[in-house]
Amino acid sequence: MLYNPEWMTVLQTSFVQRAFIAGILISIAAAAVGYFVITRKSTFATHALAHIGLPGATGAVLLGIPVLWGMGLFAIGGALVIGALGKRASDREVATGSVLAFATALGLYFSNLSSGAAKQMQSILFGSVLTITEDQLIIFALFDVILVALLLIIFRPLLFSSLDENVARAKGLPVTLLGIIFMVMMGSVITVAVPAVGTLLIFALVITPADTAMMITRSPLRAIIATFVICLVSIWGGLLLSTIFDMPPSFVIVTISVVIWLVTKAIAAIRK
Amino acid sequence: MTSPADDKQNNSAPIIEFIDAEIKRGSQTIWSHGNFSLPRGSVTAIVGTNGTGKTTMLSAELGILPLSSGKLNVLGAPAGKNNARIGYVPQNYTEISESNITVFDFVLLGISGSRWGFMPSRKQDREEVNKILEFVRLQEHSYKRIRELSGGQRQRAAIAQALVNKPELLILDEPLANLDISSQNSIVELLSQLNKKMGMTIQVVAHDLNILLPILTGAVYLLDGHPHYSSMNNMLDSQLLTHLYGTKVEIITTPQGDMFVTHNSAMEPSSRTVHDEHLTKDAAQWHSAQQAQARLEANHHNHADSQESQDLQED
Repeated sequence: MLYNPEWMTVLQTSFVQRAFIAGILISIAAAAVGYFVITRKSTFATHALAHIGLPGATGAVLLGIPVLWGMGLFAIGGALVIGALGKRASDREVATGSVLAFATALGLYFSNLSSGAAKQMQSILFGSVLTITEDQLIIFALFDVILVALLLIIFRPLLFSSLDENVARAKGLPVTLLGIIFMVMMGSVITVAVPAVGTLLIFALVITPADTAMMITRSPLRAIIATFVICLVSIWGGLLLSTIFDMPPSFVIVTISVVIWLVTKAIAAIRK
Repeated sequence: MTSPADDKQNNSAPIIEFIDAEIKRGSQTIWSHGNFSLPRGSVTAIVGTNGTGKTTMLSAELGILPLSSGKLNVLGAPAGKNNARIGYVPQNYTEISESNITVFDFVLLGISGSRWGFMPSRKQDREEVNKILEFVRLQEHSYKRIRELSGGQRQRAAIAQALVNKPELLILDEPLANLDISSQNSIVELLSQLNKKMGMTIQVVAHDLNILLPILTGAVYLLDGHPHYSSMNNMLDSQLLTHLYGTKVEIITTPQGDMFVTHNSAMEPSSRTVHDEHLTKDAAQWHSAQQAQARLEANHHNHADSQESQDLQED
């Protein structure tokens, strides 16, 4: 940790400013799915999807196509499989964990095949929020618009079916389809959030803030808004502190998110 | 619109009708030859040991699980067609420790949960939810999180969500499981009110018949792979119950006319190990000061022994 006296100048550079804008867009995406991931008990599946994306990302470098395309293809493909298997399948921890391990190994293998992928490995695993391009920002923004619009349409049925599949099914809701749609949303959000903190740390950005939000709020909508705020504070705070003190942004982002969660949990425990 | 004459006809028509119904999961037959019907206004228990297909029967009635053969009509149409007129409370519905949802929002989902598109909840819906919460005596808890409630309150919240659509048929899967006796009684009291005051037809999957006996009009036994219906008069047959549970069961009628089902150790087959039963007098004595002192000394002695053996081991 080293104080950087030039930090004000660094903050004004275009790549840092792009990172701040990306922070907003990533927070919107994470907030849209985080609440439902926890309510649906699919947290482990989220973790797994991030890792399933890894071979896609390194494979994309190998083939010379954009990293996010490969990542997205694998994450969404994995999401479709988990979604089709149903909500209970996402609780199957051994199966999910084994697939997760295999995917990570495959990612390593692909990265071994090309020197380009090996160089990218670090940024895929741990994020590279400072390298986001303007084109990526436009794609993220379009993605957020689609994501939020879709969520607004399916909000209540998704919430209802997240609490109990059979009650929702008895009411005539397309529970399996909702599950698949949600999983695809999650796979896409992970693809978008990976540049911020990487596949290994994504849990702290998509799940941890949502859990904090659920401790301090009493309605799904408020929880989602609170998730957005906590995510944004983590990313922006992380960018600011990492610029001032010259630390890896991913480390500070994850630390802030986890510290907020720990403090909230401690306060909740004391109040009890 | 239905004329009064139609209504009358509807009232006498059975609410649920099984005609040679059979359910399979994969190649395995869960139960078959289901032939019975439940009249409007009845309160029926579904009884059977674990794995006999009680929950499966509910899923079939809701049209979630198709029959492999036969027919099943619910509220005058094939199962699944009239679900809007059915309230369904699955087992452990409110064990949702992962959610921060409040009682009010949870019950409101019963109305708005199947609506697409995002809009604020309607005033009339919110009023309806408040009415139901008052009925199940949860209005003062309405802004608590579900997970902050006691087991009995959670079960009432689950029932409230099912009631908010004003169902004609209420289906509950093990609503009394994991509840203490006073909570069980309050749920049974609630069901009794729904049945007597509103004429609601109720179907309950249950393990323990005793607490439900005062309100039951009949029971469906899942036995030897077939559902059997008995009305209240024939229901309490100790031979049937003994066969059903695989342990000797006796029906006792008190001088007040109350009936209950009990396990009778005198009727136990000789192969069974001794039933652990004690007279109250004996039990009380164990807690007497003298006995406690004696036990303390014995414990101390034992403790010293074990200390000794530990020392030996260490050597």
